[in-house]
Amino acid sequence: MAEAPESAVDADTPADEVAPVPAERLHGALVVRVGDEVVLHAERSDLVQLVTKLRADGFWQCIDLFGVDYLTHPGRSHLPAEVTPERFEVVVSLLNHNESRRVRIRVQVPEDDPTVPTLFKLHPGTEAMEREAYDLFGIVFTDHPDMTRILLPDEWSGHPLRKDYSVGRIPVQFKQGSTER
Amino acid sequence: MTVTDSKADTAKLDAALEHLTADHSVLRLSETEAERRSGYQADSERMIMNMGPQHPSTHGVLRLVLELEGEIVTRSKPVIGYLHTGMEKTGEELTYAQGCTNVTRMDYASPLFNELAFSLATEKLLGIEVPERAQWIRMLMCEMNRLGSHLLFMATNGMDLGAVSMMLYGWREREEVLRFLEMVTGLRMNHNYIRPGGVAADLPDGWRDSVIKILETLPHRLAEFDTLLTGQPIWRERLQGVGVITAEECLALGTTGPILRSTGFAWDLRRDQPYLRYDDVEFDVVVGTYGDCFDRYAIRLAEIHESIRIVWQILEKMPTGDYRIQDKKVTPPPRARIDESMEALIHHFKIFTEGFKVPEGEAYAAVESPRGELGCYIVSDGSAKPYRMHIRGPSFVNLQTLPHLMRDSLIADTVAIVSSVDPIMGEVDR
Repeated sequence: MAEAPESAVDADTPADEVAPVPAERLHGALVVRVGDEVVLHAERSDLVQLVTKLRADGFWQCIDLFGVDYLTHPGRSHLPAEVTPERFEVVVSLLNHNESRRVRIRVQVPEDDPTVPTLFKLHPGTEAMEREAYDLFGIVFTDHPDMTRILLPDEWSGHPLRKDYSVGRIPVQFKQGSTER
Repeated sequence: MTVTDSKADTAKLDAALEHLTADHSVLRLSETEAERRSGYQADSERMIMNMGPQHPSTHGVLRLVLELEGEIVTRSKPVIGYLHTGMEKTGEELTYAQGCTNVTRMDYASPLFNELAFSLATEKLLGIEVPERAQWIRMLMCEMNRLGSHLLFMATNGMDLGAVSMMLYGWREREEVLRFLEMVTGLRMNHNYIRPGGVAADLPDGWRDSVIKILETLPHRLAEFDTLLTGQPIWRERLQGVGVITAEECLALGTTGPILRSTGFAWDLRRDQPYLRYDDVEFDVVVGTYGDCFDRYAIRLAEIHESIRIVWQILEKMPTGDYRIQDKKVTPPPRARIDESMEALIHHFKIFTEGFKVPEGEAYAAVESPRGELGCYIVSDGSAKPYRMHIRGPSFVNLQTLPHLMRDSLIADTVAIVSSVDPIMGEVDR
């Protein structure tokens, strides 16, 4: 995983200006190459189909799935012009062992309808990851077998990794212990 | 002990998927429901029981909700979050220079790997490559840390299964490794040694002798482990055939590291997607055959031997040169310059208060930690703090294998199984 040997650090030139090849598509998803990484931009409705096709291509393992909240950074420049930016993003990272390749799928999720179809049926390992994204971002994965909080207590209110959830100003919420056994 | 690339085939993979998604080994109960049904129920053959969160074998605070039929575990669910401290949120509040102090506390048994993943992701965004010596120092430190982490596993795995003397031996050996890490970084754990741009300090005088001393004593000690555990009938009885998993199930569940390799699937990022200078050293990716607790134990023991092999090569090949990049935007000035130059003082002050700005973009870097793929994903908005910092903790994902490993096993075996997965709860909950 050697980085491109660029000697100078230049804050004016973003690293991803290297080669955004336009209009390259894989299974209908827009392909952007950032250094040695391959990023696919998929529509929310096409996600399951895309992951199914990629799985048939040998991307057998879903390494990671998580959310990002772009509330305070809406006009990110590393997004191609064809993609409409939304507040949330769900990022899925897939691994192909035979060819030793990775792809990362970025899905835009609107604020007023933060739902994404679950990948549980294709990659059961996403169960905990999707629960984490739900817990910390409030993104709901439809048809997920157990869409509950995973890291925080069940009765916690709010989703801490959202950008409008500030640090250090939330009173500690304790769970009421049961008094009888 | 050979590198055989047995890759899974699609038909088996689909079968595993069907079985895992339809599987009834995961107990999906809400907390209130579990509480209501806990204990003996007169109208049911099955009993819900809580194991943990405080149990010596849970390596921290892992709670297992088990559904039992007599002494057999039918379904189970790991309940986590007891150590959740919002480290990803904290990461957004710290500059890149401070970030390592945060991530290093996630997987506290192998802190240097967290720092490495974070630094690699930051360096990817910056578009810099650290000097040759820094790469080799990072490799040396990580492999030493891997020794420490696996030795800790040997200790706790032995203790969990009743070989209590193993705890002392494992801890004794690990202490030697920690002493070396302390000598180099100043701290036994949570080093904050690997930083974006290189490492915090050059190796101190006498480091080579300390490493050689460890490398020379360890093989003898490992031979004792073999006598005490590997060849011992009771030990094999407790582990062989317990908690079996197949390669296809591992792939579907996102499992990496020794658990995946124990099934015979040779996948190690050090070899398959090399980072640092792993291209220049020789080592074997050790795989198992049966995917049971014994294979997971044996693989970790063998990986200690492989790490020793790697470190010998590092000692031979360690180059001279800079231990951090000489790029004024990232690297603070040398300590001596601060006393004599006003500019150096300002420069130092700026880097440690404001931090350095990282170009806008996103990057993911992954390393092979002792527990599997440890990844770091950073989104930068062009400021001095990460806009989003996500850590892919191998323990968090690996923990999902527990219900499948435990299905239809004895309650006494759950301890062996949890131990063989080797979860570090700090990383699971973050």
